[in-house]
Amino acid sequence: MSEQSGLIPNHPGMPGVRWPRNDYSRVPYQLYHDPDVYRLEQERIFKGPTWSYVGLEVEIPNPGDFITTFIGETPIILSRGEDNSVYAVVNRCGHRGSIVRRENYGNAKEHICIYHRWCFALDGKLMGVPFERGLKGKGGMDKDFDKSEHGLRKLRVESFSGVLFATFSDATESLADYLGPVFQGHFTRLFAKPVRVLGYQRQRIYGNWKFYMENQRDTYHGSLLHEFQAVFGLSRVTQEGGNKMDVHHRHNLTWARSKTDDDKEFAELYKENKVHEEQLKLEDPEIIKNKREFEDGITLAICGIFPNATVHQISNSLAVRQLRMTGPGEFELYWTLFGYVDDSEEMTNHRLLQANMVGPAGLISMEDGEAIELAHKATGSDQDAYSVIEMGGHGAIPDFIDHRVNDTPCRGFWAYYSQLMGCEPEGAVR
Amino acid sequence: MNSEATMHSITNLLAEYAGLLDEDRLEEWLGLFAEEATYQVIPRENVARNLPASIILCTNKKMIRDRTVSLREANLYNLHYDRHFVSAIRVNVDGDGVYSVRANYAVYQTTIEGSSKLFSVGAYHDRVKMVGDRLLFIQKQVIVDTSSIPTLLATPL
Ligand code: FES
Ligand SMILES: [Fe+2]
Repeated sequence: MSEQSGLIPNHPGMPGVRWPRNDYSRVPYQLYHDPDVYRLEQERIFKGPTWSYVGLEVEIPNPGDFITTFIGETPIILSRGEDNSVYAVVNRCGHRGSIVRRENYGNAKEHICIYHRWCFALDGKLMGVPFERGLKGKGGMDKDFDKSEHGLRKLRVESFSGVLFATFSDATESLADYLGPVFQGHFTRLFAKPVRVLGYQRQRIYGNWKFYMENQRDTYHGSLLHEFQAVFGLSRVTQEGGNKMDVHHRHNLTWARSKTDDDKEFAELYKENKVHEEQLKLEDPEIIKNKREFEDGITLAICGIFPNATVHQISNSLAVRQLRMTGPGEFELYWTLFGYVDDSEEMTNHRLLQANMVGPAGLISMEDGEAIELAHKATGSDQDAYSVIEMGGHGAIPDFIDHRVNDTPCRGFWAYYSQLMGCEPEGAVR
Repeated sequence: MNSEATMHSITNLLAEYAGLLDEDRLEEWLGLFAEEATYQVIPRENVARNLPASIILCTNKKMIRDRTVSLREANLYNLHYDRHFVSAIRVNVDGDGVYSVRANYAVYQTTIEGSSKLFSVGAYHDRVKMVGDRLLFIQKQVIVDTSSIPTLLATPL
């Protein structure tokens, strides 16, 4: 385990965490509910040495194009400058703190706050303050007011294969290093061709964001919670698949290949485990058909990038899910559905049809919203109690797993989270 | 049909639609759609940006039926009751027994503990048609203003 840049151990503001074990196989409920933990997460994770997903290059193709987005709970404006470079600035006026850019998207030469009309360049510089010199020698700002100190806070931005990330910290390693070889490889695979945004979905979940991060890294819940898959014979734990993580275990790729298992074996296994016995058929099976488009034959790839993004390929449905937070007990998932510019009309229609499987009404994803809220509701009243993360064993976390009956990447998430937060258990096993 | 009778039967169809959903009679609700009917739930922001992706898209009645079967047999969702409120309708005569219908809707959800909240507001952009002596939907398009869906969307809007 290499030394992490910008990491400050044992942060003084962090409440004491009573880890029942040192390998993250038990997680105290306090971590999902304590408001002090939440405040510190904004500082140490979202404003810390991490790269947060902010958007796709294709969403701001032309100079002056902007979108508004979030890193954790901090509002961000992402703009394309005249010279084609991309700027991410905090969407909070340097004057009295108002939201500057209210629209979700648009094109502009500058960003002007409506309150007192302070005017900011796309890169955040404060350009103009109305009545700065007062009127007829009276009023106005003091002579020593320095506009260069009151711009919109500018973040570092980097792009990998057209996917844009931003960081608040100067200490964050390069985006490529942050992703590491496995995730660089996955991004290169998924974004090999120019993409086209097909639309957005949003889902507001009333639970702590980390329940979702776990959900994305919990490899085996899919075929139990999302019964559509088993009832209609899609993704199942018996298929070939597994996990890949980076050396820090902060990111995770859950992958599977369909049609690599046996119908009979699957039915018997599920019967033995008392899951469900009945198999149904769709009257119109078009939506579950996979049109092979990747050479590796992988049909399911759920790629969680620490701390705020999941990039998914579920058959031919492709999307980035971004986490936007509004408090310890509420977050929004912002899904950007995409295809490729060179998709045939038939392929585009197929992707639009397969959007039925994902998002807030997704046939194989709607349950996640409910599962997270159930966990959030019951855990607040007993914050010393803890959850169990032990499917796939405990102890040291491997980088690669060759089966799907595990939730080990959740432990990887907690291991990295705890390093950033300064709350590692003594003798932490990562 | 004269226009008053038409307005009356379209209003009835929408009331029936809402009532059957609220009473959890999904299989009868399905009977309000013609074979070629489409059912789509799309966020208002996608419509405004001319982006095609939906939240739910059924391009024929078989797919609508598959959704209802999945809701019954496979999907797990928040335990709740729905109440649909549909506004007065605006109707356009398209010809050949086809009418375009627009209405606003609001859906409140009530938990099994008895607390209620507004779940979704938006507009219906529908097309209906006489099939034999019955008026049926050939298009149900739900444009959702509440595009940040609270928790999840299972039971139809
Ligand atoms: S708060 Fe923005 S200009 Fe005053
Ligand atoms: Fe899930």
